[in-house]
Amino acid sequence: MSNFLLAWIVLIPLLSSAALGLMYLFSIKIVKIPNIVFTLIGVSAPFASFWIATTFFLQMIGNSEIFLYKAYRWLGVDGYDIDMGFMADKLSIFMVLFITFVGGLIHLYASGYMKNDDGYGKFFFYFNLFIASMLLLVLADSPIIMFIGWEGVGVCSYFLISYYYEDEKNVQAGNKAFIANRVGDLGFIIAMITMFYYAGANGFDYINLEASMASVPPDVLTFIGLALFVGAIGKSAQIPLFVWLPDAMAGPTPVSALIHAATMVTAGVYMVARFHFLYDLIPDVGLIIAYVGAFSALFAAVIATKQTDIKKILAYSTMSQLGYMFIAVGLGGYSVGIFHVFTHAFFKALLFMGAGAVIVALHHEQNIFKMGGMKNKTPLVYFTMLIATLAIAGIPPFAGFFSKDEILLTAFGSGEYLIWIMGVVTAVLTAYYMFRLLFVVFHGSNYKEERKLHALNKSITMPLVILAMGSMFAGLIGVPELLGGHNLIGIWLSDWRNSSLHVAHDTEFILMAVNILAAIVGISIAYKKFFKYDMKIVPQYEGMIWNKFYIDEIYDRFIVQKIKKISIFISYKVDVNIIDMVVMGLSRSFIRGGHFISKLQNANTRFYAFTMLIGISVISTYLIMVMR
Amino acid sequence: MQEKEALMADSLLSYIALAMILFSIGFLGVIARKNIFIVYMSIELMLNAINLIFIALGRYYESMQPQVIALIIIAIAAAEAAVFLSLIVVLYRKKKSLNSDVFNVLNQKDAAHE
Repeated sequence: MSNFLLAWIVLIPLLSSAALGLMYLFSIKIVKIPNIVFTLIGVSAPFASFWIATTFFLQMIGNSEIFLYKAYRWLGVDGYDIDMGFMADKLSIFMVLFITFVGGLIHLYASGYMKNDDGYGKFFFYFNLFIASMLLLVLADSPIIMFIGWEGVGVCSYFLISYYYEDEKNVQAGNKAFIANRVGDLGFIIAMITMFYYAGANGFDYINLEASMASVPPDVLTFIGLALFVGAIGKSAQIPLFVWLPDAMAGPTPVSALIHAATMVTAGVYMVARFHFLYDLIPDVGLIIAYVGAFSALFAAVIATKQTDIKKILAYSTMSQLGYMFIAVGLGGYSVGIFHVFTHAFFKALLFMGAGAVIVALHHEQNIFKMGGMKNKTPLVYFTMLIATLAIAGIPPFAGFFSKDEILLTAFGSGEYLIWIMGVVTAVLTAYYMFRLLFVVFHGSNYKEERKLHALNKSITMPLVILAMGSMFAGLIGVPELLGGHNLIGIWLSDWRNSSLHVAHDTEFILMAVNILAAIVGISIAYKKFFKYDMKIVPQYEGMIWNKFYIDEIYDRFIVQKIKKISIFISYKVDVNIIDMVVMGLSRSFIRGGHFISKLQNANTRFYAFTMLIGISVISTYLIMVMR
Repeated sequence: MQEKEALMADSLLSYIALAMILFSIGFLGVIARKNIFIVYMSIELMLNAINLIFIALGRYYESMQPQVIALIIIAIAAAEAAVFLSLIVVLYRKKKSLNSDVFNVLNQKDAAHE
């Protein structure tokens, strides 16, 4: 079989990133390589992976085949072996398809966005490395291999957030993301160790784990489930480890689009879906996940209503949408959650890329109240952004409507009405803040300084159009049967769907109407307040919401400062007084001893002879007295 | 027979005592005197003290080996004397002195106090 091609899905971006990295070093040290070379290699890699993934996808249609490929033995410890294995089932191949497709489009966009950057080759090196890690995460056949990809995307995210490393703030944002992810990774590692201890005897890949999971005691299962979810929280920016995501907007806009919207942050959702055999056994933990998701969704949506930085608004909306996904997977609607991941990848990437286009056109202005009137200046960006905004707000027939509707249906059908209410309120807020952004940026009349707009080239606008098509039609694969469609995604992923919901058709209609109503309410409030908004003075916000509920300050006060104090104590007290004393004392005593002994070497031959005699006497005495 | 052995043991002891006294004198000469010639003479004295012990033990055990060794030592000492004396001549030409403390080129005293 051609299963070895699975490895090449990961290998192509990896090899191309290695080639790009070497070429970049060659380019800065020896001879400059033109950017077009980097573009060709960097952009073609994700599309090549997409093509391979498509062939697997086509083989999978209509049957439930799982492709496995073990490349080589990665670790062998005393009869226990870990293989570098790849697994493509319906879930992972679906993820791979849209990661490579959306990722490829964002690569294309980046080739226009980063055109004049000095580190062009380096940027594509990071980007391809990121794609390779993400694909490894998705295609892994065991939690350990998944963890390699997990860490890979974390480190690429760190590189890319602090890409403009001359500014110290960006570096700090990168550190923050890395450290927050580290907290989550600890949970993942603990979960993995526990899982290995209790269920790893018959092999540690997903298929064997699934079989041996039933014999694990329920308390331990709960513990594993919670620890894994801590990892998911860190990666997917949910309460309480979300603080890194808004700061991560320090990176270039394609980074925000690729990593912090479309792919990496969905890794947590993917992980929960991947371990569905575990979460199926512990519905209580699933409920906790759903509540964390609901709170995060609402919380982020509230904060987003008051932000003024265009990218921060989108960052909080990402967090909010991720909350929706966790509601779905927590309540067992894995296919629903993955469906939202899929549609979200399209419209969120589009929103970020549109925002990036506006930012470029306005010479790197990010405050929405200093923009305005972009509708006539960049009509193409306006229309694509409008589609994406309608999609995220949940207006039919755009993509976001179907997935969000199904999530809320899942929440309602499971009987978790509190979650459902939070979801609906979030939907109102989402529509409000997204249209606030749209109205202020494109309809407002503030941009008075008639500076010449920075021209947008084709490689920026073309992905926008393609993604706009995606945002329009991506939802159609999940049209509920109620509206005469076939829920293709539900059928595709049906093998591991937990709860088949039984909601009466009338209820379903009412819920759908409520969702549309929620979106319309949000839009009309935004319309009333911000349409044709005249911003003579840039509004200054204050208060609790603008300050993000002081979460950063609270963390700073109660965690960061405490750790800092301990670190200072260790570095100035323990280090100086104990460690240095021991180390330096040792070296000083060696020096003193050396000086003392060197006095014996005084060039006095007769003294040497005398010492020699003493030595000989001692040795011969020893030989005579003891050895005899 | 018994008496003869006792006599032999007594004389062996006196020979060894003499050799030890000679060796000690030689050693004292090496560490106490500065003149290279005297030092050299003292070394020869120590060498001959050892030779004496070899001969005495050879007689006592009625064995030929120690005597052969003694002869070899004497032969080597003769050759060594030639080398040593020529070295002394060369050193004297360099420093115009026979004081052994003058020859301290390989001294590490200064380097050790860095």
